[in-house]
Amino acid sequence: MPILFDLFVTFAKVGVCTFGGGIAMLPILEREVVNNKGWATMDELMDYYAVGQCTPGIIAVNTATFVGNKHKGILGGICASIGMVFPSLVIILVIASVLSNFADIPAVQSAFAGIRVCVCVLIFNAIIKLWKSVVKDRYSLVCVLAVFLLATFLDISPVIFVLLGAVCGIIIKTAEVRSK
Amino acid sequence: MIYLHLFFEFFKTGLFAVGGGLATIPFLYEMSAKTGWFTYEELANMIAVSESTPGPMGINMATYVGFETSGILGSICATIGIVTPSVIIILIIAKALQAFRSNRYVDAAFYGIRPCSLGLIAAAGAIVAKIALFNVDLFMQTGLFTDLVNIRALILAAVLLVLTRAVKYTKNLHPLWFIAFSAVMGILLKY
Repeated sequence: MPILFDLFVTFAKVGVCTFGGGIAMLPILEREVVNNKGWATMDELMDYYAVGQCTPGIIAVNTATFVGNKHKGILGGICASIGMVFPSLVIILVIASVLSNFADIPAVQSAFAGIRVCVCVLIFNAIIKLWKSVVKDRYSLVCVLAVFLLATFLDISPVIFVLLGAVCGIIIKTAEVRSK
Repeated sequence: MIYLHLFFEFFKTGLFAVGGGLATIPFLYEMSAKTGWFTYEELANMIAVSESTPGPMGINMATYVGFETSGILGSICATIGIVTPSVIIILIIAKALQAFRSNRYVDAAFYGIRPCSLGLIAAAGAIVAKIALFNVDLFMQTGLFTDLVNIRALILAAVLLVLTRAVKYTKNLHPLWFIAFSAVMGILLKY
């Protein structure tokens, strides 16, 4: 399969499986992009997410562009993004033209209440896995917990956390180099 | 020219909405007030549909608004509009990162950012968990702790945890199987 088409199909698959926003997509990306295709590592995905949260636009598209570009340049980035968008476009068009009250159907609401529970569990599993690879020293432990608590209970823009994280990283690494 | 106008309005949303699908909502309210393409009530309906279909919410919203405004071509224009700024910006950043990848400071910055990224992911997960597993609104009304926890949802979550982590035959299945299973359970048990 030509690689550009492969990028399109893989991200279309990720798009179909994503319920409820960019973060919910992480477990699917891990499966398709990291495990099945080997196009990126989990660490790289984390970096893409961080950049995606501070740059404008939809996180899912940002991540698709990153992975596609890394693998096959600009065209790759575009193909992956189109793939990501394609299923949504088709599904919404079908629903908008056929079912005007889709979201009010009781069975749809029940199904999505169930899916939300599943998304929780999938995100939880992804967090456990990421925890093992990210939390390696005192800084990372304190940082994960502090950002989690602050972001959950206060209304602070993710941009602030990511910028502060970058500054902390540079200070810590510079201090390490100096002390050697 | 409604198509160009749609493209331009969603291009602006894509350019200025930082932080994912939910961040596009204020822009859509503004668009509603400014253009009259849809009412606030219709917008609430569109948000509900976007949340209950697969795919990134921002894309779903753009497609829906574009379609309601001017049909299939409109939905395609709106979607291309919201995606274009992201793609261009990320391509530029990716190029810059490739050039500076071996730079000590870029490396140190990402060392610092990675745990923040995990913290933010966990916080987003907590919001989903709050909606899926707890009835905070109901608890506020009644004050009963038995109303706070959604028992049926917690049981499903426990079953899914065991299936995804502990059972040898199921834990390596594609996540879509668990999503489908949960949807069926949701319908059968009327969540």
